Amino acid sequence: MAAGIKDKVAIIGMGCTRFGEFWDKSEQDLIVDAFKEAISDAGIETKDIGAAWFGSCFDEVNVGKGAIPLARALKLPNIPVTRVENFCTTGTEALRGACYAVASGACDVALALGAEKLKDTGYGGLPDFGTMLGTENLFYTPNLTAPGMFGMVAIAYFKKYGLSTEEGKRVLSRISYKSHKNGAMNPRAHIRREVSIDTMMKAPIVAWPLGLFDCCGVSDGAAAAIVVPADRAKEFRKDPVYIKALQLSLTPATGIGHQSWDGVHFESTRIAAINAYKEAGIKKPREEVNLMEVHDCFSISELVTYESLQISPIGKARQDIENGFYDLDGQVPCQSDGGLKCFGHPIGASGIRMVYEIYKQLQGKAEPEQRQIKGNPRLGLAHNHGGICGSLVCSVAILGNEV
Amino acid sequence: MIGITSYGAYIPRYRMNRKTIFAAIGWFNAATAGAARGEKAVANYDEDSITMAVAAASDCLEGWSRSDIDGLYLSSTTLPYLERQNAAICSEALAFRQDIRTADFMASLKSGTTALIAALDAVRSDDVKNFLVCAADARQGKPGSTMEHTLGDGAAALVVGKDHVIAEFKGSFSLTRDFPDNRRIQEEHFPHTWEERWIRDEGYAKTIPAIIEGLFKKYGLASADFAKVVISYPTADLKNMCKRIGFSEEQVQDNLLSNVGDTGSALSLMMFVAALEGAKPGDKILLCGYGNGGDALFFEVTNEIEKARKRLGIKGHLGIKKELNNYNKYLVFRDLLPVDVGIRGEEITMARMSVTTREGKTLTTLSGSRCKACGTPQYPKQRVCINPECGAIDQMEDYYFFDKIGRIQSFTGDNLAFSWDPPAMYGFIDFEEGGRLYLDITDAELESLEVGLPVKMAYRRKFVDKPRGIYAYFWKAIPVYEANK
Repeated sequence: MAAGIKDKVAIIGMGCTRFGEFWDKSEQDLIVDAFKEAISDAGIETKDIGAAWFGSCFDEVNVGKGAIPLARALKLPNIPVTRVENFCTTGTEALRGACYAVASGACDVALALGAEKLKDTGYGGLPDFGTMLGTENLFYTPNLTAPGMFGMVAIAYFKKYGLSTEEGKRVLSRISYKSHKNGAMNPRAHIRREVSIDTMMKAPIVAWPLGLFDCCGVSDGAAAAIVVPADRAKEFRKDPVYIKALQLSLTPATGIGHQSWDGVHFESTRIAAINAYKEAGIKKPREEVNLMEVHDCFSISELVTYESLQISPIGKARQDIENGFYDLDGQVPCQSDGGLKCFGHPIGASGIRMVYEIYKQLQGKAEPEQRQIKGNPRLGLAHNHGGICGSLVCSVAILGNEV
Repeated sequence: MIGITSYGAYIPRYRMNRKTIFAAIGWFNAATAGAARGEKAVANYDEDSITMAVAAASDCLEGWSRSDIDGLYLSSTTLPYLERQNAAICSEALAFRQDIRTADFMASLKSGTTALIAALDAVRSDDVKNFLVCAADARQGKPGSTMEHTLGDGAAALVVGKDHVIAEFKGSFSLTRDFPDNRRIQEEHFPHTWEERWIRDEGYAKTIPAIIEGLFKKYGLASADFAKVVISYPTADLKNMCKRIGFSEEQVQDNLLSNVGDTGSALSLMMFVAALEGAKPGDKILLCGYGNGGDALFFEVTNEIEKARKRLGIKGHLGIKKELNNYNKYLVFRDLLPVDVGIRGEEITMARMSVTTREGKTLTTLSGSRCKACGTPQYPKQRVCINPECGAIDQMEDYYFFDKIGRIQSFTGDNLAFSWDPPAMYGFIDFEEGGRLYLDITDAELESLEVGLPVKMAYRRKFVDKPRGIYAYFWKAIPVYEANK
C-alpha cells in the first residue's frame, strides 16, 4: 500500500458560518465570513495562500460554475483555484485537493472552502434532480428524491433485521433525538431545539417510512480550512490538527443494477473506512476513534453508517443507539455539533463543517463548553456519502491532535 | 382460412361508481340522474389510449413471438399525438420488427371495425401473415354532462392471420353516412353531442338495421344464424333495438355500459372479445361497429378457440378493480382541475428528443444487456458487465425486461417528489431471471406494497412536457393482480 497522507499535512485554521436560511446573504457573504474566521484562526493573510480548492454542488441554484466565484469573492491573487464537485462529499473533496497539493510540495499553504446556497429554490428539500444524473436518466429513472432513496434503505433494513415499522421508527427517532439535543446547544446550528421522541414518531411522513425528523434540514452555509505541511504546523499555532487519513470510494453503481446489494449496507463506506483505518494506523476503530461526524442526511443513513464504518456490528447498531453509545457522553460521541440534522446540508460546505467540529473538539475548544467531549479526544472521523443509494460516493477523513 | 387468431383486452383498474359523479356534480344537471347507474372504468393518471392499446396487445400476444407480427393498425378517437404516428409508438413498445405496416385509424367511433377490415384485407392480399389490430379510447365527457357518466376507458386487441384461426372471417359490409351525433374539432377536449332522442331515432335506429340488413342481403344471412350479435350501441336501448331487428335477448352481447362504459372506437372490439370468451366452436358471431355509418363483419368460431383462452381479456380485467371514490381525484387525473403542483412540480426539465432516439429500445422495450460471459441481465445497456465477479467487456447481447416478472426488493412512498398521485411510489425491482431496476410503481396503494411482492411491467406515461409537446412513455411496475371472482 502507498504510504498515505498520515501526518504529512496539518490544519492550522478553520472557519464556519452559522448555517441557516439566510434570505439576506449571498454566497459571497458566506464565503467571506468563513474565510475571515479561518485566516484569523490561522494567523495568516490572503497573500500567504498558494492554492485554493472550492467545493460547491448545485451550481444551478448557487453561485455558478467553476472556481471563479471563490477567487472573485476573496480576491485571491492569480493563484491556482480549482472547483470540485462530487455530490455530498464535495466539501471533503476540496479538503482532499488542498491536502494533496501541500503533501506533494506544490504549495505550502492551501485553502479548502466549501459553500452552498440552497435556499433560493423556493421549496423544501434539495433542488429537483432533473437531469443531474444525466440527460437520459430523465426518461428511465424514477423521479427520485433523497428521502425517497433513504426511505427504501429503511424499509430494507427493517425487513432484513426483523423490525416492525414502529420499532424501526423508534430506533431512528432515538438517533435524531440525540442530534437535536447536541444541536440545541450549538450557536452555529440552523435548528436549535430539543425534540421528544414522541413528537418525532408522530411527525408527518416525508417519504415512507421516514418522517420529518428523520430528515436533515436544508440550509445555506460555508466552511473553510487552511492546511500546511505537518512539519511547519507549529510555526503557525501550538495546537494544529493533523490529517491521519483521507479516503474516497465509489461503488460502480452495482447496487442499483445487481441483486448482490442488500439495499442496506453502504459498500463504498465500508471500503473507504477500511482504507482510512489502514492509512491512519487504526486497528480497532470502535475503541480508538473518539468522536465522529457522520453523514446523517437521514436518520437511517446514520444508523447504517455506524455499521458500515465498522463501529457497531452489522445488524446491531440498535443496541448501541439505545445504550447511548453515540451520545455526547457516550463511548463514541457522534454528531456532537448536531450533525446535518441540525445544521442542514449545504452540500459543498458540509464535509468541511464536520471537520471544523472535529478540529475544535480535538483542540478542546468546542462551543459552548458543555458540548466539549470529556477525556481529551485524540482521534476524530468525518464521513460523507452522496449520489444514489446503491451507487454512492463516500469519503472518510480521520484527524488527530498528535503526530 | 382467414380470421382472428388471438384476442386480448384491457380495462383500467380504477372504476368509478356513477353515483360518485352524480353526488359531486349532479346538482348542476339533475337530468343526468338517469345515467348515474353502475360503474365506469377510468384510466389512471399515467394512462392514455397508447398505454391501454399496448396493455391490450400484451394480453393478446401472450405466448406469441413479437417478431411474428407484420402490421399494426391502431384505432382511437383520443390518440395523444396528432402528428407523430401513435401506432409507431405502440409498435416499438411491443418490440415489433421495423419492416411492418402501421397506421392510425382516427376520428370515427367505427374506426375499430374499419381497422379490423383493413387488417383482414391485408392478410387476404397475402402480403402479410399476422396483423395486429388495437382499439383504445379514453374520451372525456364534460363535467356535469350525461357523457361524463356514460363514457368509459378501455382497449381491445386482435390478431388477424391464416394459421390457427379461432374465428373465421366470413364477410363484411360497410356503410358511410355523415351523421354528426358526436363531434370534436381539433382544438377541443370534450366531444359535442346532440339531443339523445334524436341520436337514438335518427342515428342508431336507422343506421344499425341498415348495416345489418346490408350484410344479410350480401351473404344471404338471417338473424337466427347467429349465436351472438355484437353491436356497439352504448345505451340501455340496445336490447330493444335488437328485438326489433329480430334477435332474441340471448343473442345480444352485453354492451359493457353497466361496468365499463362507452369506450368509443374500442367498444365494438371489446364486446367482440367478450363474445369470443364465451363462444363455442361452430358459433357464428355478428360484429357491428357504429359511427358515421358503420361496419358489419361476421365470423364462425373454430375448434382452435379453446387454445386461445389463456388471456385476462374482458372477463379477467373486469375482476381486477379498485374503486375511485373521489371525484376531485378523477378531475385531477384527467387534468380538468388546475391544482397547485408547487414550485417543485412546476420545474420541468427539458426532454431532449435526440436522447430518446439514441436510447431507443432502452426506453421503448425496457431493453438492457445480458452478459454472454456470466449470464447476468442488466439495465440500462452496459458494455462492461455489472456483476462484480465478472466485469467482462463487450460481451453483451440485448435483453428485454418488459415481459419479465420481478419482486419488490424495497420501496417508498415519496411525498417530496412531485406526482399527480402522491405519494410517488418507486422501488428496486429484482427480476426473477436476474437484474435489478429502479422503477416507478403504479396501480397500487402504498399500504398494499411489501418487500417480495411480485410485479409485472406496464407501459405508462412517465411525464408530460407540455411546452415542448412531449408525452414521455416508460415502463412501470404494477402488482401482479389475480382477477377477483
